[in-house]
Amino acid sequence: MIAKKNKKTASAEAGAVSKFALLREGFKDPFFWSKWLVVVAFLLVVLIFGALSPEAFLTTYNLNNILVASAIPAIIVVGQTFTVATAGIDLSVSSIMTFGAVCFGLAFTNGWPLYQCIIFSTLAGMLCGVMNGLIIAKRQINDFIVTLGMLSVAAGGALVLSDGKPRQIIDESLANIAINEFVHIPYLMFIAFGIVAIAHFVLFHTRFGTHLLAVGGDPDAARAMGISIVKIKVVVYSISGSLAGFAAVLTISRIGAAEPAANTSILLNSVAAVVLGGVSLFGGRATIFGPFVATLLLQALSNGLTILGVASYYQYIAVGVVVIVSASLVRTSNK
Amino acid sequence: MTELAIECKDIRKSFGSVEALRGVSISAKAGEVTAIVGDNGAGKSTLIKCISGVYNADSGEIKINGKAVKFNNPEESRSFGIETVYQTLGLIEDLAIWQNLFLNRELTVGIGPARLLDKRKMREKSKDMLKNLDVYIPSVKARTRGLSGGQRQAVAICRAAGWGSKVVIMDEPTAALGVKETAKVEELIKRMKAQGLAILLISHNFDQVLRLADHIWVMRQGSVMSGMRAKDTNGDHLVSLITGAVTGGKSQ
Repeated sequence: MIAKKNKKTASAEAGAVSKFALLREGFKDPFFWSKWLVVVAFLLVVLIFGALSPEAFLTTYNLNNILVASAIPAIIVVGQTFTVATAGIDLSVSSIMTFGAVCFGLAFTNGWPLYQCIIFSTLAGMLCGVMNGLIIAKRQINDFIVTLGMLSVAAGGALVLSDGKPRQIIDESLANIAINEFVHIPYLMFIAFGIVAIAHFVLFHTRFGTHLLAVGGDPDAARAMGISIVKIKVVVYSISGSLAGFAAVLTISRIGAAEPAANTSILLNSVAAVVLGGVSLFGGRATIFGPFVATLLLQALSNGLTILGVASYYQYIAVGVVVIVSASLVRTSNK
Repeated sequence: MTELAIECKDIRKSFGSVEALRGVSISAKAGEVTAIVGDNGAGKSTLIKCISGVYNADSGEIKINGKAVKFNNPEESRSFGIETVYQTLGLIEDLAIWQNLFLNRELTVGIGPARLLDKRKMREKSKDMLKNLDVYIPSVKARTRGLSGGQRQAVAICRAAGWGSKVVIMDEPTAALGVKETAKVEELIKRMKAQGLAILLISHNFDQVLRLADHIWVMRQGSVMSGMRAKDTNGDHLVSLITGAVTGGKSQ
């Protein structure tokens, strides 16, 4: 390690920095590999399933299915990426989604117009997120514990508000979001992609994004430079909460009902995608693109396994193995 | 007669029942290196944290260029032209050099919520900031993680000096450096001094203090024991002041 560093400085002091040398530096940077690992893995998954069952997997219809299934997780993953980039984690996303869905259902049955229901659900999610952020940053309690508590609180709140019963939501324009597509790309995916693109811009082209990575990378140094850790944490968790509340609306559009039951696989998948996407769990290093591709990968994986006739029980095992293997790959290449 | 760039009067700070600073008064002139020496626990770090806004002093007054200032956090302190190079440097390892140089001072284009970072301008300005350095920096786009100790120190010093600052506080700037890198950093400090900055230097290295400093304040147990011109003292005298073997006149 030390020898490597010395060599680097020596070669650096030797003189001219060509484009080629910069490129070589890039290849040596482990972060470069963790960034592209997920793309390679995604292509591998598509190729393997494509080869195993070309007539079923590589059809427009099926690829479309994968996109529809990826859209909602992709939105949740954006929020999760932000929290992990600040060296935190949001375990409450799936419960906040449920809570948001129930709030949507309440507003809808009270006859609120659709857009108000959507805003209400998003705000409900944001409220949970703001509470997460305030408690984590102001009281300086571990992110893991606070959001674990919120997981239970939001799930309980959803059950209380709904009396444990699902509500049917019949609205044509809402259902159309889930059904319709444009040039074979479902509307849901356009929405998800729009959010992903905005998130990318926020992370890499705004002061907030830089400060977020600074807080995640070294909170003491960030504070010394006058960056408010409380502000960053609160905003990050409220983004995560709002996205969960908004994703709840899209879930309702897909299934036509507001259910008080938590969708726990959303949480597991979001953390899995963030790890697979090469985001450092220690904070400070993140991309939006990586976790997004990882979401597609996870959905392609379970879709492909279903097509091959593998029982869904095994799919849980497959997802878990992929996550652990990829995390250990990234870990070794970082050393 | 050069004017006092910074003047601290009767700064007090307690942590619970522990009195870390018991009425400290020091001053530093523009275009001079002013060293603060003292044993561990003498209150040097607490003092500079009060000056840089990390701590709020319980009482006392800080004047910049003769004008009394008040600040509650590092950002406000920086707005008065006080910059600090911390022992830990305060660089974010995973950010590029230009991002560190502009941290919390990012240049943006556009208005309102659509303000985007002006990356190109920041990179160009970063190159300008680092140009005068005698320390080789591969590229402003490089991550700070890959830099050597001397390069990091150079970047941190550049950041502190490059913002129209008046007072630059340095906490053990060469503690982690080798001989060659130490020499380069000392060269940098002299250059900053020549530019008319007031430099507050905290160092355990008496040879360095005597080499660089124009004025020396000796702290002991939360108080200033003595202040003198560097040319009027030597290493043995400093040691005896620090350990308390000699009590210097509480000169100003």
